[in-house]
Amino acid sequence: MGIIEAKDLVHEYYRRDEEGNVESIETAVDHVDLSVQPGQFISILGHNGSGKSTLAKHINALLLPTEGTLLVDGKDTSVAANELSIRRNAGMVFQNPDNQIIASVVEEDVGFGPENIGVPTEEIWQRVEKALKSVGMWEYRTHSPNRLSGGQKQRVAIAGVMAMEPKCIILDEPTAMLDPDGRKEVIKTAHELNKKKGVTIILITHYMEEVVDSDYVYVMEKGAVVMQGSPREIFSQVDALKKYRLDVPQVTLLADELRKAGMNIPAGILTREELLEALCR
Amino acid sequence: MSLILDHVSYTYSIGSGYEVKALNDVNLKINDGEFIGIIGHTGSGKSTLVQHLNGLIQATSGSIYYNGADIYDKDYDRKELRTQVGMVFQYPEHQLFETTVFEDVKYGPKNQGLDDKKATLRAYEALRKVKFPEENYDASPFELSGGQKRRAAIAGVIAMKPAVLILDEPTAGLDPKGRDEILGLIKEMHDKSGITIILVSHSMEDVANYVERIIVMEKGAPLFDGTPREVFANYKKLEEIGLAAPQVTYLMHDLQKKGYPVDPQVTTVEEARQEILRVLGKK
Amino acid sequence: MLKDITLGQYYPVDSVIHRLDPRVKLFGTLIYIICLFVSDHVAGFALMTALLAGVIFLSKVPFSYMVRGLKAILLLLVIAGAFNLFLTPGEAAFTLWKISVTRQGIRSALLMIFRMVYLIIGTSIMTLTTTPNQLTDGLEKSLSVLNYIHVPVHEIAMMMSIALRFIPILIEETDKIMKAQMARGADFEKRGLINKAKAMVPLLVPLFVSAFRRANDLALAMEARCYHGGEGRTKMKPLHYRRVDGVAYLLILLALVASIVVAVLF
Repeated sequence: MGIIEAKDLVHEYYRRDEEGNVESIETAVDHVDLSVQPGQFISILGHNGSGKSTLAKHINALLLPTEGTLLVDGKDTSVAANELSIRRNAGMVFQNPDNQIIASVVEEDVGFGPENIGVPTEEIWQRVEKALKSVGMWEYRTHSPNRLSGGQKQRVAIAGVMAMEPKCIILDEPTAMLDPDGRKEVIKTAHELNKKKGVTIILITHYMEEVVDSDYVYVMEKGAVVMQGSPREIFSQVDALKKYRLDVPQVTLLADELRKAGMNIPAGILTREELLEALCR
Repeated sequence: MSLILDHVSYTYSIGSGYEVKALNDVNLKINDGEFIGIIGHTGSGKSTLVQHLNGLIQATSGSIYYNGADIYDKDYDRKELRTQVGMVFQYPEHQLFETTVFEDVKYGPKNQGLDDKKATLRAYEALRKVKFPEENYDASPFELSGGQKRRAAIAGVIAMKPAVLILDEPTAGLDPKGRDEILGLIKEMHDKSGITIILVSHSMEDVANYVERIIVMEKGAPLFDGTPREVFANYKKLEEIGLAAPQVTYLMHDLQKKGYPVDPQVTTVEEARQEILRVLGKK
Repeated sequence: MLKDITLGQYYPVDSVIHRLDPRVKLFGTLIYIICLFVSDHVAGFALMTALLAGVIFLSKVPFSYMVRGLKAILLLLVIAGAFNLFLTPGEAAFTLWKISVTRQGIRSALLMIFRMVYLIIGTSIMTLTTTPNQLTDGLEKSLSVLNYIHVPVHEIAMMMSIALRFIPILIEETDKIMKAQMARGADFEKRGLINKAKAMVPLLVPLFVSAFRRANDLALAMEARCYHGGEGRTKMKPLHYRRVDGVAYLLILLALVASIVVAVLF
């Protein structure tokens, strides 16, 4: 069985008026099935309001399903007693780097999670060291988070999750507020953790170029999964991607245009090198 | 009608021991009606540069002339300058404060001393220009979606009818859909009303699709200044300073290296398509 | 202007003072404040100056950092000083126009300024050498007796440490919003109390909205990292007294005795 198994997952937001009567119901997650195997790097694409962040919050038991079930490492998120162990096993990194760092010194922030789950002091230090080294922020351990760049802050946030030794990390639009350097830094870190430490990664983003190296991609729109497959399968459907207003990388777009103009180029071009090769054949 | 920067330098935290030279002897002329992109990575001085243009930051040395007048002259009305050179900050929706969108947009015109009727007209005009949905004019700005908040905030600046509009990372935090809409809007404003637009961004590909002139900032001074084609021709140097040219520019250079007679100075997908079909299409 | 506030700005260097147990520093600061109010003579000033200079030297924090905190209260100092100077009754020292300045006035103005300045510098040594987390740990531990009368000590300490973490962020944000509103023609230098208050609305509303948004985000992030109150929590940096802390306690008590002796003698 997979590490994350969602079956018919539904989440509805109730909007209430001043008397508490339900004014309207908005279905943010609409009958989603999801299956993630341990060690995979999964991406969920979609623009704002597509329900991808609501889905992410379910995996961490920050939100509970209105209907359907969600199992994280075999544990049902709707059972209150599972809450802490689910949050420990499925760590979460959020969009705004400033609003998720709790302490005023990098190492103290990374130690916050282990403190909460009652790890003995000596082991906290070992975990903090390991976690900071795994994201390449060990030299900054005594710095104030305020003096770090956006990408560095996000890496600290990732270390904060790593220190809880999770099986899986959910990154909820971790790059949306970063500059291009910071974005590359964070995505590279996520891939390294996936390859070297075997951590399952679920990357939620609206930047298509960030999902190129994923094992599997889901595309969400209006709460439902509308496309899924390997990056190549997804990227070969340029028209569908455009319909969902996703940001198709320039080379993929160009390859598609050229193929439509009658050139012999395979579908699903992901990189510049692939297009060059196809053109030079 | 223009903005001229003459040997402008700016140093942060003078006398504190850790001085930072944010701008280093900048000389620049911005002509009326231009559509300019200012690119540079975080800390290159691009945001500091544009905050000089409307007098929010005062240069440590050098002078700035707006329409021939020295803005550091002691008789110069700098409050008036700030309405002439409008500035939309990063995440502008964070400045919204009124009870309704409409009232919020009126704030700028009212500060200009316009009466309520005129301010109302200005607000209508500005909200229409940013294609803000009419049914939300009286909504609280805090209940809107991210994209709509951004539009309302931009309307709040253009309601002052600036002759120059500066936008600092206007698409930060938006998804591709929201980004295309905002950039399209800005282009439309430039094309229709002919105002000068200065777009600060760190996305080369965004900028290449819209602007006529690119200024690349590096270490507090312009490194390149020219049309997108001219600037991206230096793609090697751009890469060294942590900026990248659009993907298609790289592809065209690669093709050229393989011996195909393509024009490497291509910056958009459409140009690349035509160029490749011209040279390779017959295959 | 806003960047001058030194409160909650930890200065990261390694020094004896930095390594002291925060409980010692809290206790020391308390005693220091008592000493300040006990001393009312030049000899007392001299003693306090020597103590302060010693601690500043040991802390390795640049002196300019501590003085920066004073700028924020400069106006307060001037006003309070003037009040003391002109309104203290007693024997006239000299007369300015129609107002006479008394010896007692000069004395109490000087005393007041001395106490205020030393108070700010002294307390900023504590915040500059102690991370907010250590500080709240120290408070939590020192006040843990209050748990028995159902005072939520852990929660209060957590709130304080978060507040301290966000002060610099909110200050920066204030600066940004101010600039953004100035770009829309706002004038923050209006005259008159009502006009001034009105001009602040476009600054304060967005600031509050942003603070609430951040609070919301942070609460979620804390929950996601398994925060569930103080129960069952371990400490990364538990507080253990070391020999140097004992020595420090001794020195602090000595300072207290010395300043009382000085105050009685002179």
